[in-house]
Amino acid sequence: MFTIVEKRILNDSMTLMAVEAPYIAKKAKAGQFIILRVNEFGERIPLTVADYDREKGTITIIYQKVGKTTLMLDQLNVGDAILDFIGPLGKATELEGYKKVAVIGGGAGCAIAYPQAKALHNMGAKVDMIAGFRNKDIIILEDEMKAVSDHLILTTDDGSNGNKGFVTDALRKNIEDGANYDLVIAIGPLVMMRAVCNLTKEYHIKTLISMNPIMIDGTGMCGGCRLTVGGKTKFACVDGPDFDGHEVDFDEAIKRSRTYFDAEKEATHEYNCHLMEGAKNA
Amino acid sequence: MPNMSPVKTPMPEQEPNIRNKNFEEVSLGYTEEMAVEEAKRCLNCKTKPCVNGCPVSVRIPEFISCVASGDMENAYKIIKTTNSLPAVCGRVCPQESQCEHNCVRGIKGEPVGIGRLERYVADWHMKHGGAETFDVKPNGHKVAVIGAGPAGLTCAGDLAAMGYSVTVYEALHTAGGVLMYGIPQFRLPKEIVQKEIDGLKAKGVDIQTDMVMGKVLSVDELFDMGYEAIFIGTGAGLPSFMNIPGEELVGTYSANEFLTRVNLMKAYLDEYDTPIIRPKNVAVVGGGNVAMDAARTAKRLGAENVYIVYRRAEEQMPARKEEIHHAKEEGILFNLLRNPVAIHGDENGRVRSIECIEMELGEPDASGRRKPVPKEGSNFEIPVDCVVMAIGNSPNPLIRSTTEGLEANKKGCIVVDEATMATTREGVYAAGDAVSGAATVILAMGGGKEAARSIDQYIQSKTK
Repeated sequence: MFTIVEKRILNDSMTLMAVEAPYIAKKAKAGQFIILRVNEFGERIPLTVADYDREKGTITIIYQKVGKTTLMLDQLNVGDAILDFIGPLGKATELEGYKKVAVIGGGAGCAIAYPQAKALHNMGAKVDMIAGFRNKDIIILEDEMKAVSDHLILTTDDGSNGNKGFVTDALRKNIEDGANYDLVIAIGPLVMMRAVCNLTKEYHIKTLISMNPIMIDGTGMCGGCRLTVGGKTKFACVDGPDFDGHEVDFDEAIKRSRTYFDAEKEATHEYNCHLMEGAKNA
Repeated sequence: MPNMSPVKTPMPEQEPNIRNKNFEEVSLGYTEEMAVEEAKRCLNCKTKPCVNGCPVSVRIPEFISCVASGDMENAYKIIKTTNSLPAVCGRVCPQESQCEHNCVRGIKGEPVGIGRLERYVADWHMKHGGAETFDVKPNGHKVAVIGAGPAGLTCAGDLAAMGYSVTVYEALHTAGGVLMYGIPQFRLPKEIVQKEIDGLKAKGVDIQTDMVMGKVLSVDELFDMGYEAIFIGTGAGLPSFMNIPGEELVGTYSANEFLTRVNLMKAYLDEYDTPIIRPKNVAVVGGGNVAMDAARTAKRLGAENVYIVYRRAEEQMPARKEEIHHAKEEGILFNLLRNPVAIHGDENGRVRSIECIEMELGEPDASGRRKPVPKEGSNFEIPVDCVVMAIGNSPNPLIRSTTEGLEANKKGCIVVDEATMATTREGVYAAGDAVSGAATVILAMGGGKEAARSIDQYIQSKTK
């Protein structure tokens, strides 16, 4: 059992939790992830390590409430425990040797992009952070991202924060203004990462992305998370989750990510009904 | 008087057309009368060839003579002196090529049903036996075991019985390895595996789940933590794919994924959250026990047509005869001497059909098996919405890639001294599928047992 020691509501759909997991906290690095199972009937879901505290022995996760399991997780509070919490999994991102990097986060992806920016910043690289959200109400980690970057550009799809546009618009502008990036890191929805990669390909800038396929064990024993990268089959849980974005077959990844779409929708619907039933009876 | 019937006392089973719609155990086990009757077929021969066929040397004639006289408690005690998981072994061992293969009664009829009797005794004990008592004196030495599959659990159980303080580290959230995630409920009920594991815990074996060794702790760190020897029983859990076009399509699973979803995550039960595709038509590629398990599982998930696609003939199938027989009874369709060349999908990237080519058996290859050769131009398609690849597994590289001085062969199997199970790294022992590549539960247990003996000698000789 893994006790929740902090819970912070970031916005209507996103929550941060710090979880006591001393063994994992000792080893975790930027780019790695954990797998958790809320209770005995639960499924195993992967979440990126958003932060860690080696001394306190805690791992921070940030999750978006998108379906049954994340909604169930969100019912837990400080002092409650998560049944299984496994990691650190995957390879750490290789960040050595870069001088000027654009770190791009899309929505919930900012929670994963943030530790990358932080690690790069601590290593002395110049970091431009570009964070995109649908609207200003769902902006997260603004202060944190500001603290670890030289420039933070916040965009909203609807312009509700005064800076309308997509992350790709901001990136293109920076590149054309002569930013001279030796690396771009993009983390967010698959379509957003694909758009970034199409752009950076034009300018021949190396681009790392963090893939988020369906996973079960997260240790390389099933291949549920397989992707085609540079024409070869890779398991995201052990070979990734970071890959060269110019090599990834996005169309395939998008199709595979929808494998259980109907089952997920149904489970979420049933769970929401069950929650509302509970609220009515309370 | 021995029972001279040339055939085994039959074991009751669920009807094929009922059981292929549920996940309950297929074989129902003997009643006491049946067990006693079968036990009386044993001639109690002096030479005990059956024992030589058992990788953990169960004292077979001794326990069977207890069964014959109705003394189940002592039968159980005798089995337990050498076998830590009898309820499992009685169910999943390939007895026909081990103990029962050597049985004298098998010369002029069917051998004694040793597996069925072992199973009966273990089940009897779970139902009627009291708590086992352990009066082992701790010897003050610590050993770590990596992997809670059959090899690791056997090694841990034997070391605990010798007085060692043993910690087992397991990556998944449940101990048991392939017994939990691989072999289906209808062949090996998970409650039974859990009881066997609880028995080991009662013996003092500490099991730490959710610990991915190589990631969370290295072998070197385990030594730093005061473990004097380490046993690696990490199995062969890395699935192979065929590398044919279409394996990325939605609906193509490795057998490991398909079976893990169903067995470990219980995707077949509504109250569990893990989803699984409920296919109508399924092709399972391969001819081993895993292929049979996957095919029979698919049938139970409601599939109408389940095809086994295997590139050789039935005689060459590595699966147990009994499993092939059960699969056929349950309506699994066999496409033998057929090999997949591609999987085709629809516009949504979902599996639509599997394209196969006919094969014929050519000259024997280096291993003595006749090599299947494709028949040019014989391609045909089977319409399916799901493909399960059950063409084998190799050892997971996590431990060997994070441990210095641990030698592995080309296939990724850890190199050991065959007599002692010692690896190339001092104080580190290994056995089971991590060493042999995918093999059987009982061979893994035999290796774990051997390693426990060597670890004991190693630590005793060091402390002298």
